[in-house]
Amino acid sequence: MKPFVTHTGVVAALDRANVDTDQIIPKQFLKRIERTGFGQFLFFDWRFRPDGSPEPEFELNRPEAAGASILLSRRNFGCGSSREHAPWALADYGFRVVIAPTFADIFYSNCFQNGMLPIRLDEQDVEELFRRTADATASGGSPYTLRVDLNTCTVADSAGFSKPFQVDAFRRTCLLQGLDNIALTLDHVDSITAWETAHGLPPVAAQQP
Amino acid sequence: MSSTPRTLLEKIWDAHLVCAPEGEQPLIYIDRHLVHEVTSAQAFEGLRLAGRRVRRPEATFATPDHNIPTTDRRLPIADVISRQQIDTLRNNCREFGVRLFDLGDADQGIVHVIGPELGITQPGMTIVCGDSHTATHGALGALAFGIGTSEVEHVLATQTLRQSKPKSFEVRVEGSLHPGITAKDLVLYIIGQLSTEGGTGYVIEYTGPCIRALGMEERMTVCNMSIEAGARAGMIAPDQITFDYLRGRDYAPRDFEAAVAAWKKLPSDPGARFDRTAIYQGGDVVPQVTWGTNPAQVVGVDATVPDPAAIADASERDSSSRALEYMGLTSGTRISDITLDRVFIGSCTNSRIEDLRAAAKVVQGYSIAPNIHAMVVPGSGRVKRQAELEGLDKVFTAAGFEWREAGCSMCLGMNPDTLSPGQRCASTSNRNFEGRQGKGGRTHLVSPAMAAAAAVAGHFTDIREWRYLS
Repeated sequence: MKPFVTHTGVVAALDRANVDTDQIIPKQFLKRIERTGFGQFLFFDWRFRPDGSPEPEFELNRPEAAGASILLSRRNFGCGSSREHAPWALADYGFRVVIAPTFADIFYSNCFQNGMLPIRLDEQDVEELFRRTADATASGGSPYTLRVDLNTCTVADSAGFSKPFQVDAFRRTCLLQGLDNIALTLDHVDSITAWETAHGLPPVAAQQP
Repeated sequence: MSSTPRTLLEKIWDAHLVCAPEGEQPLIYIDRHLVHEVTSAQAFEGLRLAGRRVRRPEATFATPDHNIPTTDRRLPIADVISRQQIDTLRNNCREFGVRLFDLGDADQGIVHVIGPELGITQPGMTIVCGDSHTATHGALGALAFGIGTSEVEHVLATQTLRQSKPKSFEVRVEGSLHPGITAKDLVLYIIGQLSTEGGTGYVIEYTGPCIRALGMEERMTVCNMSIEAGARAGMIAPDQITFDYLRGRDYAPRDFEAAVAAWKKLPSDPGARFDRTAIYQGGDVVPQVTWGTNPAQVVGVDATVPDPAAIADASERDSSSRALEYMGLTSGTRISDITLDRVFIGSCTNSRIEDLRAAAKVVQGYSIAPNIHAMVVPGSGRVKRQAELEGLDKVFTAAGFEWREAGCSMCLGMNPDTLSPGQRCASTSNRNFEGRQGKGGRTHLVSPAMAAAAAVAGHFTDIREWRYLS
């Protein structure tokens, strides 16, 4: 997995609550058997008009969101279906960070499996980031940019905004080092075997490396 | 014996804790892993690339359900990409030695219908599946939840999962439901009270006399929709109803009495502490209809479409306005005045035999309204055969419903069963998200009886006033 240490990028503001994974990646694109190539279908029903042309009003299609790699949204982001295609699509499109006040559980843990960092910030801090993103757009200057540091667990801009965020220590380590979760677990294969034996399960043949 | 009273969740958690190494998330053992075609291909491919095998093929069960046609199964699947995904599942199961209930197998069906029906799901187990409605299996007193594809790969390779211990949430329902009110109405009501994220971070245990009075299928409906309140799992302590349901099923324990004796120790001890408790009255629940684009946007059938301006929270207000616009509804409209184009009876929430019996009882002797296109999609091959044995298929087809083969079908419209833009549907499924049943489609979630009545009337109607002809 791709490690995540620090990331600086343009912020795209998606000012909606309860963005569900059906919106992030609609079901007609779940038939593929690959992990890659889902970015073109991200937010498909919102992003494109029925004739296939981009919907100019949709947040990600606005000029200020061009090249964005940090997605800012509202409460309960990623609710609904467990489809990991949602973080695959966000990552493939170019997002490495999602900031919201709250996330749905399954989406939240799926992000960490894909080198993507979901950051929970207080509602008022998220509100402040929406304001700063809008101000940058209104001023016509350079797009609003944030720097995320997973070493120090802070998210900051160049104009005085700096907030700490919380992340589970183990997940943080895995992300910082880009660790393979399965390999880590297989380090505990003796404990797994011991549990199985204690519960009367027949032995399994040794794992291949 | 531990002297501290424990919850059902804690008992299952403690029994499955493999290890909790310093500085790592705990590892819990997974008893049953259910697999379907949409979220597994990349996981098997990951195993193949790393040269890993499935650690416990005998604990893993697969079936295609999401992506399959519900029409004539003898014909090849027309959609090439769908067909490839199903072929991939078939090949993966063969290569890794996993039991597959394939298309054409008498026991094929929606994964959350066949698990309990075959007795694969049992009290006290940990069960996962790459699907958020895995919570369904909690109805039998299991700890069951949805996982992502990377976690599917992890479970295949190690038979364990990294999990932080979830918080416990007791949802107690006192009293009893009025006649005509179903488990679907109850769970929609609870979601409406909790909001779509009220249960985030928790495992819900449903308790109280109203829950205890529910049959097994009804309990599955309640647990199934826990995720719509944000809770990854919902569970109900096993009791005689659970044991009677499981007895004699294909995969039920051979020494059934010994198993029952162990299962009887699972219910939460008196005095066990939950991290949170909410109490509702069964008698407060009326037939529910969703009006918006998430399952918490729900009202009673006797109510009107709400006014977003009356909502204090800015983000909820905005979300409600957006929902009304998408749904093509005006606040103040009576729910019973909403006319429909489609009716869908099916999905892992409401496609079991009890659901079909309830719907057929309403439909018996009637025809569907001329403006309605209606279909019934049984949850499994077994449900379909049982319904046909009871003549329910004839009741439906005589009324003008289509009678289909088992699958997820129009709950998510991955197969050809979809809504067209603007079409309005009364659906017994679990999600009314924008575009869920087809781009531009408008979904209202209801119980099977309410859906059946809407099919006949052509608009929503209060099931409490229904004139049964049977």
